[in-house]
Amino acid sequence: MFKIILRRVLVAIPTLILVSMIVFMLQKILPGDPVLTLAGEERDPAVLDYLRDKYRLNDPLPVQYGAWVSQVLHGDLGKSLRTDVPVTRLIAQKLPVTLQLAAMAMFFALVIGVPMGIVAAVRKGTATEMGANVAALSGMSIPNFWLGILLIMLVSVKWRLLPASGYVSPFDDFWMSMKTMLMPALVLSTAIAAYLMRHTRSAMLEALSADYVRTARAKGVSPRRVVLRHALRNALMPIVTLVTLLFGELLAGAVLTEQVFTIPGFGKLIVDAVFTRDYAVVQGVVLCVAVGFIVMNLLADILYILVNPRLRHA
Amino acid sequence: MKLWHFKLGLCAALLAAASGAAVAQEMRIGLQEDPDVLDPHRARTYVGRIVFTSLCDKLVDVNEKLQFVPQLAQSWSWNADNTVLTFKLRTDALFHDGTKFDSAAAKANLERAMTLKESMRKGELASIAKIDTPDPQTLVLTLKQPDATLLASLSDRAGMMLSPKIFSDDIGAVGRKPICSGPYKFVERVQNDRIVLDKFDQYYDAKDFAFKRITFLPIPDTTVRLSNLRAGGLDILERMNPSDAQQVKADSSLQFAPISGLGYQQFYFNVANGERAKTNPFTDERVRRAFELTLDRNVINEVVGGGIFDPANQPFPPASPYHSDKFPIPARDIAKAKALLKEAGKEQVKAELAFGNNTTTSAIAEMVQAMAAEAGFQLSLRPTEYAALLNEAQSGNFELLMRGWSGRVDPDGNIYQFVTCKGALNDGRYCNPAVDKLLAQARTVPDEAKRKAIYDQAQEILQADAQAVYIYYQPWPFVLAKKVKGFKPYPDGMIRLRGVSFAQ
Repeated sequence: MFKIILRRVLVAIPTLILVSMIVFMLQKILPGDPVLTLAGEERDPAVLDYLRDKYRLNDPLPVQYGAWVSQVLHGDLGKSLRTDVPVTRLIAQKLPVTLQLAAMAMFFALVIGVPMGIVAAVRKGTATEMGANVAALSGMSIPNFWLGILLIMLVSVKWRLLPASGYVSPFDDFWMSMKTMLMPALVLSTAIAAYLMRHTRSAMLEALSADYVRTARAKGVSPRRVVLRHALRNALMPIVTLVTLLFGELLAGAVLTEQVFTIPGFGKLIVDAVFTRDYAVVQGVVLCVAVGFIVMNLLADILYILVNPRLRHA
Repeated sequence: MKLWHFKLGLCAALLAAASGAAVAQEMRIGLQEDPDVLDPHRARTYVGRIVFTSLCDKLVDVNEKLQFVPQLAQSWSWNADNTVLTFKLRTDALFHDGTKFDSAAAKANLERAMTLKESMRKGELASIAKIDTPDPQTLVLTLKQPDATLLASLSDRAGMMLSPKIFSDDIGAVGRKPICSGPYKFVERVQNDRIVLDKFDQYYDAKDFAFKRITFLPIPDTTVRLSNLRAGGLDILERMNPSDAQQVKADSSLQFAPISGLGYQQFYFNVANGERAKTNPFTDERVRRAFELTLDRNVINEVVGGGIFDPANQPFPPASPYHSDKFPIPARDIAKAKALLKEAGKEQVKAELAFGNNTTTSAIAEMVQAMAAEAGFQLSLRPTEYAALLNEAQSGNFELLMRGWSGRVDPDGNIYQFVTCKGALNDGRYCNPAVDKLLAQARTVPDEAKRKAIYDQAQEILQADAQAVYIYYQPWPFVLAKKVKGFKPYPDGMIRLRGVSFAQ
């Protein structure tokens, strides 16, 4: 087990280097001068030149990249060009928000998607299954931002049940935090729930047609125990890895949902940073997300091994 | 009635009263964008100025008629040849850290604005040669030459007063925790989320400010911002989308408070910037004039503007005393446009219209494309992302460009950088030395009537040259919750909370 983890970590390092290079290059390819964008309506040529020097934008690209890497290795991700706030502080502020959103969305997705998948598998060929399939398809097809705006107009404006946007930390006011996050998490969970439902269904179908299930039925085990104790256990393996991977993706920030509900998370941070050509923020956040994704992948692999005893001694 | 019913009712009433009391204390303002750095000497955005209006006092302020009124300066006077400006400062003003505001502090602020390498205010204060502080209440500015724009600059970020105690080698420190001099002091800021200010009880006019706390919430999507207001999550919002005007006017739980602003939306032409200028059909003044004649500004106002896009054809809006009645807005005239194009020998004009992409500008561009087509213009549209557009404009990669300008109190701010030969915002590189001379002269004439005469002269040339085609004056459409009373919109678009309160 330890050897597996070590190997994964070693492989992660060149991956991170590659990611950092790619994001660096992509930003430079983007049309638009960050200093000009920064200056907005105030175009004083002397100040612009000074800023370009300060942020080393006139240096050759490899030099700029090298300077950034050495900064990162010292634990300094730089400062936002726009507001001078250290990028590490921005990440520390936004990460818990996105974590909370991702966790709640994942929770809803699991609670909705997995049972629906089980039901769809068990009731294969019936109207219930068709209904579940339709729901899944809708969840995957309906755009998050449309659903979000619709929900805001209905739930917040018309019925005044929940706040329309914003974020409150659960440590400040737990219930208010739940209220502000409920709609965004639900909206975000629809696509994932649909995805989970489809995968649970096919995993369950496969498990239900296995030999050991036939044996269990022959033994006289009750249908409920067959489904939940025997089939589901085995079907869960791919689901577990899927969930961990999806969580990693959620961490990258549900950009559209955050924009619609004005949640100050990673997604919003990155989008705003790209539009204002705030290099330091984009680079720092993408690196952080890449690390998060790699960790999640590693976790997925470990979980898979843990859940499947056959792989433990591979 | 059962006892528990009564208790429940009492609890509810108390809760309502308590939340009502809490609500009465906090004003929540919805902004279109997240402000940039909260350092008035380095700030560059319009929304930043909205926050500064409550956070930082300046030497002078403006009223609804754009006249200068005292703020940190009680009075001021010019000498005979307008080269020395003397301010008499308030004696009862304090910074948020408790230190007294005096002429030494004012001098420190002005010097920082003038010398900090990253200061965006240098151009505004360039005419100041010397700053003297004969006593704590007197500030004397000696200028290199008369400068009619100086007071206007001092009524904005260049004249904002921070506590000199926070000036240090770490320039970023000021922006992260600004200690200023306004009716509200800085509490916290979470980027992209909120900016929170609390009432500064020792402000000299504290009694005129009703709210204990102001929270600025940047909500970029206009639909979501309006929904927030309607759902009770905001009290004031700025820049409502014009397409929502009908809905808002019909909603009795909202107050619509638009005002015509100082800025404008215009088309300008690449006449001399780079390769594309050489093949640009718009280098011919007749083509530019013909293009203007295809526009029906009233239709644009009606269809896209929801009635709040006041038609424009000069850089100074009606709110400005420098607006000239000599230039009436031309009505749409396709026949005349076609005649002009024929005269220019270009009956079919192919060109590309570049603009910053959002729903409003796209709608306007499409309308203009259709309107101009009737006279023979074949315009292809190039919606461009804002940051990329800045680059394209500066490097001359355009033929026809639509842009907006948020407007300045001083008329020079609406014209100089755009039409002078070396103007920093003159991306079309229009150049007429006669105009340069007039505009440079106008900067040095403080007398309003004389200055207007000079601007009129400059405008005659610019109008004859069809230098730019103005479309409308930028409105500042504020929407308020029903309970907000005493709010007055100002032409500079700033939210001034003096005298504003919630109806009980």
